[in-house]
This record gives sequence, structure tokens and C-alpha cells, in this order.
Amino acid sequence: MPLLDVKGLKTYFYTNRGVVKAVDGASFTVNENEIFCLVGETGCGKSVTALSIMRLIFPPGKILSGKALYKEEDLLKIPESEMQKIRGREISMVFQNPMNSLNPVFTIGYQISEAPTVHFNLSKKEAWKRTTDLIRDVKITDADTRAKCYPHVLSGGMRQRTMMAMMLSCNPNLLIADEPTTSLDVTIQAQILDLLIEIKKKRRMSVILITHNFGLVAEFGDRVAVMYCGKVVEIGDVTTIFRNPLHPYTRGLLRCLPIGYKRKSKLGFIPGTLPSPIDTPSGCSFHPRCEHSTKSCKLREPELVEYEKNHFVACHLYER
Amino acid sequence: MIRYVLKRIIIGVLVVVAVTILLFLFMQLLPGDPVTMIAGERVPPAKIEEIRRSWGLDKPVYLQYFYWLSHVVVGDLGVSYVTKLPVSLLVFSRIAPTLQLTLTSLVLSFIMGIPIGMVAALKRGEGVDHALTGFITFFYSMPSYWLGLMLMLIFGLYLKILPVSGSFSSQSLILPVATLTLPSVATFARLMRTETLETLGEDFVRTAWAKGLPMRRIIFIHILRNALIPATTMFFLYLPWVVSGAVIVEAVFAYPGMGQLFYKSVLRQDYPVIQSIILIIAVLTVVSNILADLLSAFLDPRIRIGGRRE
Repeated sequence: MPLLDVKGLKTYFYTNRGVVKAVDGASFTVNENEIFCLVGETGCGKSVTALSIMRLIFPPGKILSGKALYKEEDLLKIPESEMQKIRGREISMVFQNPMNSLNPVFTIGYQISEAPTVHFNLSKKEAWKRTTDLIRDVKITDADTRAKCYPHVLSGGMRQRTMMAMMLSCNPNLLIADEPTTSLDVTIQAQILDLLIEIKKKRRMSVILITHNFGLVAEFGDRVAVMYCGKVVEIGDVTTIFRNPLHPYTRGLLRCLPIGYKRKSKLGFIPGTLPSPIDTPSGCSFHPRCEHSTKSCKLREPELVEYEKNHFVACHLYER
Repeated sequence: MIRYVLKRIIIGVLVVVAVTILLFLFMQLLPGDPVTMIAGERVPPAKIEEIRRSWGLDKPVYLQYFYWLSHVVVGDLGVSYVTKLPVSLLVFSRIAPTLQLTLTSLVLSFIMGIPIGMVAALKRGEGVDHALTGFITFFYSMPSYWLGLMLMLIFGLYLKILPVSGSFSSQSLILPVATLTLPSVATFARLMRTETLETLGEDFVRTAWAKGLPMRRIIFIHILRNALIPATTMFFLYLPWVVSGAVIVEAVFAYPGMGQLFYKSVLRQDYPVIQSIILIIAVLTVVSNILADLLSAFLDPRIRIGGRRE
């Protein structure tokens, strides 16, 4: 029984220029106590998928259809008041940009204490205790004074730690980390990820790690889903996918990785560009860039099928 | 912080001095001669010269200016050409009614403008927003003298429920206050709508949602607290504007405030009175600006100057 089961999720944005099919039928599952990676190019719908699970899609965006089963409840169907109790408490989310994701006019202590105060009705004193403990948990020294700081006096890395403290404040079962290290410099990136992994182990929670960095996937991930044009095209254990990538897109992506011991070979690339999300290609949306493209690829959309145990792929090459 | 305030005050004094210099120069450009105003018509030329000398108006402009300034510094605003009364007496008896009018209007504009702007922003694109934005645009673009006359016409002449002029009862405040308030409600509402919309799109609002906070907490704590910063600053920046705006409104409603005195003094070329009122407005402008800056520094920790170092 997976912790989260997303089925056929469709989230569209109705813009003046047309309908942007940001997520167009994505399906995947997240198991308990695992790091599940969502990879793909910029604009493939990773973030929107995460925001849809949290039901944080605002107009002109709309979640059209699909299911997101969490503890046998469909997150997309339950009333907003129920969803409020899940956000921050059961499922929480760390965003890309810690600079703008913290409210500039409140101290970080106040912002960290907010969620537990609301979710657990804590007294001021209890909330403060919890807050300083959390600040210590994310390895910020001098918790009592730091708690009284405003976000702008903190460094980027500290802000992201604050963000994590905030999102861990109610002990969620699932943490969605949307490219948590993109805006940080490399040494800080490593620290933040190590911290994330450490906390994940300590608290035995699941993490959805959204990234476009296969290096991170290989290092930290348990399972991985590759997204293209709002769909999941391949999903499986990280070791399986790296050993035996099936989808031409996944193979293309992996060919693009610089690998240390093969210096002589040229770095691979995927021909063409990501299609416009307003006007996605018919059939398999990857077919214009695919070297194995056939007639049926243009006509019919491939289904996600189980190629081997726990290894799913959506490609006509593997349909039986 | 104290150093910053001192610096601002010094700059403020310089600004006020610059304003008075400009003021003196512009007064020279006004058509007509104040002496004929003082003396009245059909006075022999010798008498005119005598008056000119006795009021010090025969001296070069810069000497007149220094003479005036040296008296102003010690609190002597001079004597009115027309009424022969000390200007301080004339002006200060008029300040209270004007402040009553302008502060009432400003506070009302703030209290009404903030919720109107927020509701419009939160209901963006819906009927409520269109209605409120229509209201905002309507009053924002309406000249106050015309609005004043229309209100007089409707409530004073047709409906006969409110007095059209003077200041004999608290009822007579209603129309002048409304004339001043409606356009500034629109100003505050417009600002608040823009600010709320901007704040709504901020990442930290999404963070607040992701924490599972209820909507009212997101709106009244996270959004309001941020969107209010420019509006509160605006409150102080707007004060001198409203006082200047009161000139026309007071003239229209024959309201016995500083504005009406100013209007009459311009017609009579009563230089000392005009100078004093402009000086008061200049000082008010500078002081409000400093207050606005200090307040925004207080409200927004990012611009707190020389505050606690953490």
C-alpha cells in the first residue's frame, strides 16, 4: 500500500494564449519511507504536479481530473477545510526560492511557530519551545537569538534551513522538496541535501525530491519518475533505471550526463526542443524528437505499462 | 537611528528655506501692487510712497526676504496688509478647523480605502471588483470643486438635508469632508488594490498556504501586514496634499479654515498671509515625509536603519 497514489492527474492553465497542459495525465506512487525523485526538464510539469497534490493551484490554473490517494483519501476530492488540516501537517512542501518564500515582515521564529500553533493549538510557550528545537534540528546555531531574526538578515542557506524547519514543524509524513537547492551555491547545496536526508532518516518520512539533476537522483533517490510534457514516461527503482533505461527520453537524458571515466566520448544530446505546452504533439509527445519514432507514435498515446517488476514505461517500443 | 533623523531634519529645514526663497521670487511675479491694496484707491502718490516705505516694500527683494525670514525664525509672521492684524493670529485661528476637516477626511479615506482595495483585489475580475474599480476610477478622476458643487446641489438644494456652506454645526462638516474624502478614498483603495494583488502573487503567500493556514489568517496576517506598508506611508505623504486640496473645498463651501483664508488672501494680495500659509504647508510636507519614512522603517524590518544588529 503506497503512501501516495497519483493517478491520471491533469492540471491545465487557461491563459490568454491558450490552454497550457502543464500536467496531462501523470501517474505515480510514493511508498512509505522512501525518497521519490521527480525528474525532467524545466517546464515538464514537475512543480505543478507537486502543487496539485497540495491543491495549491490558483486560477487561471485548474485541476481537471485525476486522483491523489493519500491514506485512502482522495486529496483532490476532500473539502478545502480537510485539505487545510493535511497541508503542513501531513504533507508539506519546501520551495525553490528561500529568498521569496519567507515573509519579510515576520521573524523566522514566528513563521516557524505558526503551523504548529494552528494545527495543534499550542500555547505560546509550547510553540516557542518547539520552534527553537526545530531551529536546532536544522542545524542553525544559537536558536534563541536566531528565532528573533527577520529573514533578510539570514544567508540563503539559512533561509532554506528555516524553510525546512517550518515545513517539518508538524512532523509530516510526506515532504515535497521542489528543487530545494537550485538557488544556493554548490557547497551549501550539499549541506542542505545532507540535512534533508538525515532528517528523513530520523523521522522516517517520505520525500518527493523534485530535481533536474540526475546526479542527485543517483546519490539520494530510492525510486524515480521521469516526466516529459506533463506525463510520467518512465518510473522505477533508481538502480534499475540507471542500469536499464527504457524510454528513449530517459536514455537521452542519461546520455547527456558527463561521466568521469568516459572522457573520450562526446557528451550526448537530445535533438529538438521541448514542445510548447500549449500545442503539444499528438500521440506520444516525445515522437518529434525520438529516433525510434514510428507511425503509431504520432497517432496513439502510449500507456504506462510494467516492463519488468516495478519498472514502468510509456513507450510503443515496449507495448506487448 | 537618531543620526538618520537628525540628517532628515537638517535636509528638511533646507527644503523649507528653498521653498520660501522660491515663494518670494514668485510673489514678485504676481500682477498688481500690494500697496494699492493696503492704501485703497484714490490715494495721492506721495502717500503711496510713504506706505511703501513704512511696510519695507521699497527695499530690494533679497533684503525683504531676509527681513521676513529673521522675523519668522523668532515666530513673528508679520502683519496682514489688509486687516492690519498679526498674521499669526489670523492663521492660527484657522488651523484648527482645517485640521478638523483634513484629518477627519484622511482617517475616513484610510479606513474606507483599505478594505475597498483589499476586497477588490481578492475578488479580482469578479463583479465586485468591477464595481469597486469603477467607483475608484470615478472619484479618482473627479475634480474636487465640481464634486463639491454637485454634492451641494444634490444634498443641499434638492434634498435639503445638509447645509451647503459655513461651519455652524457638525452637519456642515459633512459635505466638505465628503468632497475631500471621496477622491482620497479612491486613492487609498487604488493603492491597496495594487499592493494586495502584488502581495497575493508573492512566494511567501504560497508558503503560508502550504503550511495549512486558514485563509483568513493568510489574508489578515500575511497579506495585510505587507500590503499595508505602502498605504500607511501614503497616509502621511498624503496629509499635505489634503491640506492643499482643502483650499478649494473650503472656498467652495465657505468653510472658515486656513484654505479659505489663503484663497481670500491671494485675491487681496495679502503677501504676509500667503507666505505664512505656504510656509506652514511646506513645513507640514517635510514633517509628514519624515514621519512617513520613519513609519515605513518601523513597519518594514528590511529598511530598519541602524537597528539592532543580529
